[in-house]
Amino acid sequence: MLLAFLAVIALAIVRLRNLFGVVMLSGIYSLLMASIFVILDAVDVAFTEAAVGAGIATILMLGTLALTTSRERVPMHTPLLPLVVTFITGAMLIYGTWDMPAFGDAAAPPNRHVAPYYLERSLPETGVPNVVTAVLASYRGYDTLGELTVIFTAGIGVLLLLGRRRERGDGRATTRGSGA
Amino acid sequence: MRHHVILRVIAKLGIPFIVLFALYVQFHGDFGPGGGFQAGVIFGAAFILYALIFGLDNALEAAPMNVVVAFIAIGLLLFAGVGVAALLLGGNYLDYGALADDPVAGQHLGILLVELGVGITVAAVMIAVFFTFADRGR
Repeated sequence: MLLAFLAVIALAIVRLRNLFGVVMLSGIYSLLMASIFVILDAVDVAFTEAAVGAGIATILMLGTLALTTSRERVPMHTPLLPLVVTFITGAMLIYGTWDMPAFGDAAAPPNRHVAPYYLERSLPETGVPNVVTAVLASYRGYDTLGELTVIFTAGIGVLLLLGRRRERGDGRATTRGSGA
Repeated sequence: MRHHVILRVIAKLGIPFIVLFALYVQFHGDFGPGGGFQAGVIFGAAFILYALIFGLDNALEAAPMNVVVAFIAIGLLLFAGVGVAALLLGGNYLDYGALADDPVAGQHLGILLVELGVGITVAAVMIAVFFTFADRGR
């Protein structure tokens, strides 16, 4: 049912030319995605999706629309080639899912590799009841440090590209909007 | 949006609770769902809401841009610093077990500090990016 809603919203996003509506719909899409994550028992992921996807991303998109324009231009070229590429990629992805183990299959390789170790040992080893937090912060600390560095770099990049330097004179500050 | 009385009252009522919830998610992340990333985003959202309702100038007064930018680096340095501290105390890099006499307590402390670093950087990046966008739009 939720997946059907997702498909409907995705189609509506493709059809709409009014970008304000598209941003709103993508927010709803993220919220639906968060509900699906809750159903799949991935509460931490759902939390992030609801906060980032439905919240911050929507606000930033609206901020972008305020800086640019809220109507999508009619494309000049025919979308035939991208359509074909998308269909082939999608078909290959669906073909790939045929070999995937069933959802929640205890014998599946991801559930037999390190997952049992984390589930059994994370509480006595770290004293943290939430396994997700233990894995993210301790066992996969390097990965999380890398992720944080990515966020850091992205933030600094946005500041460098879009930030206006205040110490410059007013004469040159009027050139804003021409770059980036 | 200064003239929208309902929005202003509701925002004024809600923002303290949003910040409180962010802190709850931050420091309760080891027991329930949540953690640094989510808490940082919620904390940032409180400031963004404030900026949306009360204007960018008021928000910049509450969170000056240079302070926010400094916190972007402080969070990452806290995370990396916990790793270095573990290194200096005789463990491997990011091996929190070396942070305290008891490895489990060290792990718990390390996770708490690392999550705090994540939360600080994420919140600061969100606020800084939004302020930059809003500043350009003026």
